Amino acid sequence: MVHLEVKNVDLSFGGVKALRRVNFQVEKGQMFSLIGPNGAGKTSLINCVSKFYEPDSGHIIFDGREITNMRPYQVTRCGISRTFQNIELFSGMTVLENIKLGRHIHLRSGSLAGMLYWGKAKKEEKALEEFLDEEILNFLGLSAIRNRMVAELPYGLQKKVDLARALASKPELLILDEPVAGMNREETQNLIEHILEIKKAWGLTVFLIEHDMAVVMNVSDWIAVINFGENITQGTPETVQKDPEVIRIYLGQSYGQDMKEGEGTS
Amino acid sequence: MSLLIQVLIGGMTIGSIYSLIAIGFVLIFKSSGVLNFAQGSMVMAGAFFAYTFVVQLHVPIIISLIITFLLAAIIGMLIERIVLRNLRGVSIISIIMVTLGISYMIDGGALAIWGSSNFTYPKLFPSFTLTVGGIRIASVYLWSFLTAGGLLVVFLLFFKYSKLGLSMRAAADNQKVAVALGISANKILSVTWIISALVATAGGILLASISALHINLSYIGLIVFPVVILGGLDSVAGAAIGGIIVGIIESVSGVYIAPYLGGAFQQVAAFIFLMIILLVRPYGLFGTKEIKRL
Amino acid sequence: MIKQCARKKWTYLIYVGIFLVFPFAFFKYTAYILFMVNMTAIGVIGALGLNMLTGYTGLISLGHAGFMGVGAYSVAILSMRLGMPAYLSLPAAGIITAFVGILVGTPSLRLRGFYLAMATLASEFILEYVFKNWESMTHGVQGLYITPPQIFGIYINNDRIFYFIAATLAICAVFCTRNLFRTNVGRAFIAIRDRDIAAALIGINVFKYKLISFAVSSFYTGVAGGLWCYYMTIINPEAFQLYVSIDYIAMIIVGGMGTIMGSVYGAIFVVLLPEIIQRVMEVLQPILHIEYAFAAFKQIVFGVIIVTFLIFEPRGLAAIFSRFGERMRKKKGGDQKQEGKLVEF
Repeated sequence: MVHLEVKNVDLSFGGVKALRRVNFQVEKGQMFSLIGPNGAGKTSLINCVSKFYEPDSGHIIFDGREITNMRPYQVTRCGISRTFQNIELFSGMTVLENIKLGRHIHLRSGSLAGMLYWGKAKKEEKALEEFLDEEILNFLGLSAIRNRMVAELPYGLQKKVDLARALASKPELLILDEPVAGMNREETQNLIEHILEIKKAWGLTVFLIEHDMAVVMNVSDWIAVINFGENITQGTPETVQKDPEVIRIYLGQSYGQDMKEGEGTS
Repeated sequence: MSLLIQVLIGGMTIGSIYSLIAIGFVLIFKSSGVLNFAQGSMVMAGAFFAYTFVVQLHVPIIISLIITFLLAAIIGMLIERIVLRNLRGVSIISIIMVTLGISYMIDGGALAIWGSSNFTYPKLFPSFTLTVGGIRIASVYLWSFLTAGGLLVVFLLFFKYSKLGLSMRAAADNQKVAVALGISANKILSVTWIISALVATAGGILLASISALHINLSYIGLIVFPVVILGGLDSVAGAAIGGIIVGIIESVSGVYIAPYLGGAFQQVAAFIFLMIILLVRPYGLFGTKEIKRL
Repeated sequence: MIKQCARKKWTYLIYVGIFLVFPFAFFKYTAYILFMVNMTAIGVIGALGLNMLTGYTGLISLGHAGFMGVGAYSVAILSMRLGMPAYLSLPAAGIITAFVGILVGTPSLRLRGFYLAMATLASEFILEYVFKNWESMTHGVQGLYITPPQIFGIYINNDRIFYFIAATLAICAVFCTRNLFRTNVGRAFIAIRDRDIAAALIGINVFKYKLISFAVSSFYTGVAGGLWCYYMTIINPEAFQLYVSIDYIAMIIVGGMGTIMGSVYGAIFVVLLPEIIQRVMEVLQPILHIEYAFAAFKQIVFGVIIVTFLIFEPRGLAAIFSRFGERMRKKKGGDQKQEGKLVEF
């Protein structure tokens, strides 16, 4: 069944058209990838889904609900969670605090309860910490660094914390914006394995934007390709690889080489 | 009717001086992103320097003015060199507080040197009374308006056509490219602060000529804010027009509204107006809108 | 482990002991020292409020003085016209100020940075105007007198009694603030300060939380203003002008923005500084012969200190002391870590 539907979405900045009648559907439980060269409009599109941008026209429908005109925090409440291309962690806080914020929408204590602490707020915090420890921190190997300030962490760990934060709300749809960018082979492998594992354990739908073709071709159930804000093609990894238009777009990059590597590790 | 015209003339004159002071503020913002909360203090200090040379030291007017402007330029450059060089890229509140700190130092120094009394300003312009259509206009208003207006025109032309002016606009727009093209960012910054100090001094002298000389002149600096919000934080033309409008609003509300509401309403009027602009059109008449990127 | 628990208990007892004995300890200088401690306590509450808004949530406010005034005038009017006892009027003043905060915040908080500062500046001047000109309520420039309420027959504005009330409230304020930042509301504030766009995208209703920050901060400020009113027993519009807002911002910058102890250090600093300058002036005055020497000097020194801190240690005294504390701890060895945590806010 269709989990997320993007219907004829248009987006422009001033005179520049970033997205033109973009269309696709993401099925529930699918690993859906969106690929395209730099500047194709991938991040703009997920910014439309998470409501950082308002599309000029078109509809975005999640789980049967029209989310096109919602505020960003409402979208999160619906069950959509995301990571960021530039990580966007909160530098004034620790790893644990950042991840706790991922679960903000489920927390109920108000300011009065917070200031009095002992009672409702304390119980909530304890339950929160237990949940995070069990399900996320241990799983991603972040327990040891939970009290470190995120600003001190190396890039790879920051990326992991970003992922942990997105997972904290136990979403239904997880959007990942270049989760393995800048990582070496080992880190990439590690992170992708974790993503696949938790996807299976929680029954997540994952929407992936990634440049690493080996990863994309390996893990995706379905791939959509866009360029200059327009739909180019969609299909299974095998279909997309062979599509002449896709090959033309990627000509000049080491696409062929990535291809061979991808086939090797399937 | 004649009252209204007098009020308008008064408002436009003071407003033109506000424009002048506001341009200094806008220049500094455009070139370095600094919000100079010390502008008012520079206005006051400039007026006092001129006074000291002319009245207390009995130096001929022209020479006094030259020395005053030189002093102001030096102070402007000092502020830029010592303080702001060390504070690139800090948060807005830090920038505001640094310039506030500087204004405290200047205000405190002025209090120590000149004390807290009212001084009558020397007549720097030839004096006569003008009667137009049955309305008497004090000559000082006319001179102030002409001076301020003249300086405004000079600035607008300077920025549009002169080499230095163009370099400043380039540096304000895109510092990296400007530097690549051989424009020295530091030199531009120094020049900006010097110009700012000079216009503040000119504004101070004119204001003191119209009203009186008192260290409270530094609070005039606050009037700069409604002007630049109305005109647009990074627009010189906006500052020019905004100043005159705010001057008129102040004048009109002082004469027509204050008697009903009581107190010094004209001081608040500009800020109520500021609030309205912030709600309706925060980037002002000519300001550039900020675009957020993720 | 048991030894550390016992140590903690003793430390707490000593703190409580000092707290209780303090106001009786200084004989000749008691009134003077108590006065400064009381002013500091008021300052701490106000600084905590401002820090919550500016240091933790990143919202610049130049209108702090106006809100203190709202609290002060609320207490004055409630106790004089409605005969409300102190234990009701103080929280009521806080709530009234919180409402005014929401009123000011609702249009202003859509703006950011300089524009928000301007909106708060406008609110400051508007409030100043109201205090001066709404004569029927505030008596304008003449000011309002209040008869301080009594506890067991002693007037509250007695330095000792006030100390117990104010210091207790200040300590409560410190703990409440610390608690708040262990929970999701506090975290949301910090998230908004650090990356408000990302905060919105991970599910925080940014506008709502900005408003909550403004409201809670205004509550603190209103209580501080109310305490001021009870202590001074006469309030007039001059006490709530822009320079007071700047004093408070200086407090949190010198003390340390975004830290709790920073609010405390900053309050101590801003209360102590004029006193120190006064002593220095008493020595220098015969030599210098400057009129207004005290006021002028105070302004200059204040300005110099603000600029110096911003250039050399923008994270304030809190950062300086915490570095010092770390160096001490490293010398004594890791055993002291538990103890250190008590004071490390």
